[in-house]
Amino acid sequence: METQATRDAYGKALVELGRLHEDIVVLDADLSKSTKTAEFARAFPERFFNAGIAEQNMMGMAAGLAAAGKKVFASSFAVFATGRAFEQVRNSIAYGNLNVKICATHSGITVGEDGGSHQSVEDIALMRSIPNMCVVVPADGPSVRKALFSLYAREGPAYLRLGRPSVPVIYGEDSDFEVGKGIELKNGRDASLIACGIMVNEALRAAEVLAAEGIDVSVIDMHTIKPIDKGLIVKKARETGAILCLEEHTVLGGLGSAVCEVVCEYCPVPVRRIGLNDVFGQSGSPDELLQHYGLTVDHIVQNIRSLVKNR
Amino acid sequence: MREINEKSLSIVKEKALIMRREVIKMLGEAGSGHTGGSLSPADIVSCLYFWEMNIDAERPDWENRDRFVLSKGHAAPLLYAALAEKGFFPREWLSTLRKIGSPLQGHPDMRKLPGVEASTGSLGQGISWAVGMALAGKIDKRDYRVYVLLGDGEIQEGMVWEAVMAAAHYKLDNLMAFVDYNGLQIDGKIKEVMSPEPIADKFRAFGWEVLQIDGHDYQQIIASLNIGREVKGRPTVAVARTVKGKGCSFIENQVDWHGRAPNKEEVEKALAELQAEQDAAEIKR
Repeated sequence: METQATRDAYGKALVELGRLHEDIVVLDADLSKSTKTAEFARAFPERFFNAGIAEQNMMGMAAGLAAAGKKVFASSFAVFATGRAFEQVRNSIAYGNLNVKICATHSGITVGEDGGSHQSVEDIALMRSIPNMCVVVPADGPSVRKALFSLYAREGPAYLRLGRPSVPVIYGEDSDFEVGKGIELKNGRDASLIACGIMVNEALRAAEVLAAEGIDVSVIDMHTIKPIDKGLIVKKARETGAILCLEEHTVLGGLGSAVCEVVCEYCPVPVRRIGLNDVFGQSGSPDELLQHYGLTVDHIVQNIRSLVKNR
Repeated sequence: MREINEKSLSIVKEKALIMRREVIKMLGEAGSGHTGGSLSPADIVSCLYFWEMNIDAERPDWENRDRFVLSKGHAAPLLYAALAEKGFFPREWLSTLRKIGSPLQGHPDMRKLPGVEASTGSLGQGISWAVGMALAGKIDKRDYRVYVLLGDGEIQEGMVWEAVMAAAHYKLDNLMAFVDYNGLQIDGKIKEVMSPEPIADKFRAFGWEVLQIDGHDYQQIIASLNIGREVKGRPTVAVARTVKGKGCSFIENQVDWHGRAPNKEEVEKALAELQAEQDAAEIKR
């Protein structure tokens, strides 16, 4: 199976986008080799600015550049972009509804060996809480490219959550990707798996295992956490009567919470959430960590079995 | 170098007095807000809006306009007075300050009021905006200038020094900062709360052109603006000694007047003092 890191797809798509649009300016905070903005810097040195290890000022500069008419893509690791500079993102960027796209890599526990200090598990919750902010968590490289093009054209601030490791490519070049519209990858009647980011592929694998047992699940790629696709969530709640949410993020405030908000209000059915259970990550290989925190096919399968049985 | 003539000088003086009066009236009407720090930089802001800056109220989005960022956003009433006087919106709007539905928010909101260049108020962030705007000017090879007003307490924010470093690194000679050096912040004297001294040396060490001026002396303010325009390859800062509450004797240098508005009697007293100052100026003329 073909694999690609979402940050690699970002680096490439950014160059492509930069070639099309002269108003794009890219900022980074001394991590351009890791976030892959270095490729843009090589192609367009006059439109790339390294802010140094100063994320707060980077977000403020992004606001000033956007206020002067630029479309700004600002990158760092997720933990710094959304945590260290949270209040700058809130007050300087989102409050004025400015065209700054925060494209953060190294999100979640698959950062791996660097450990819990560098594993952002609350960034979706933080960004989702800010008015005007759009939040997108692509599942693979082709999705990143489409998300980036859509976000460029979309007025206002956005958060694009990207990862460090290579992940399987799910989509072809011609897939439908629209910000705010979840993608139904598999239509089953017994339960729904709603996932984002790297968990979409795990959901697809789990669906195959379950199919062999005679359990027919739907698989939804909910790449846009905000604005969330209410219509699709309500439809799947009605059709399948049970939902399991999957995210490489704390279960507090992320995709699972967003789905629960919609389900509770419009069509109450049982919902379970798989993610980090209010804990920090730690050092280890990405696979070991996914295993340790239960972000696995086995864990998904077990949860669906008990959800379906207890209905 | 542009010398200021008597007529222009009398205009910036008069506008500063008008703005101080509007600040007092607005804050009295609002019943809350920041009086001391809105009065201390009035002379600097008057020189910027009524002498220095190339702006056009008819075209607030004009791409080549000079830009002013009020990094110490709590001095919003002063900015609003300048913008109204300049014709960006009707003067009647001033009495809606801090009221629900008003475009005149407690701190400046660029999406609500024409002429406001940046939504500021969370201290330390405006100077980063200004750096970004100056960078955009360099990218587009435009000749506009960017001015930013910092509070002296505000420079305790670490982010300010990230921005100061970046401005020098990117050689932003189209950027000029003023520090409203009135010596007071909410909890007391800046030297006692958390001393940012020596301010001029710090900017100098970061690679800025540093001027130390009297922020109430128009000739010195104008001279600093002239120098700022001539300096090449680095940004300029004018560390401007000011009196917090300048123009109203009972407000001057009183730390309690940082975050409080005048009541009805205090409004009258302050307006009478400002009127007396104007009368004296007219007699002299």
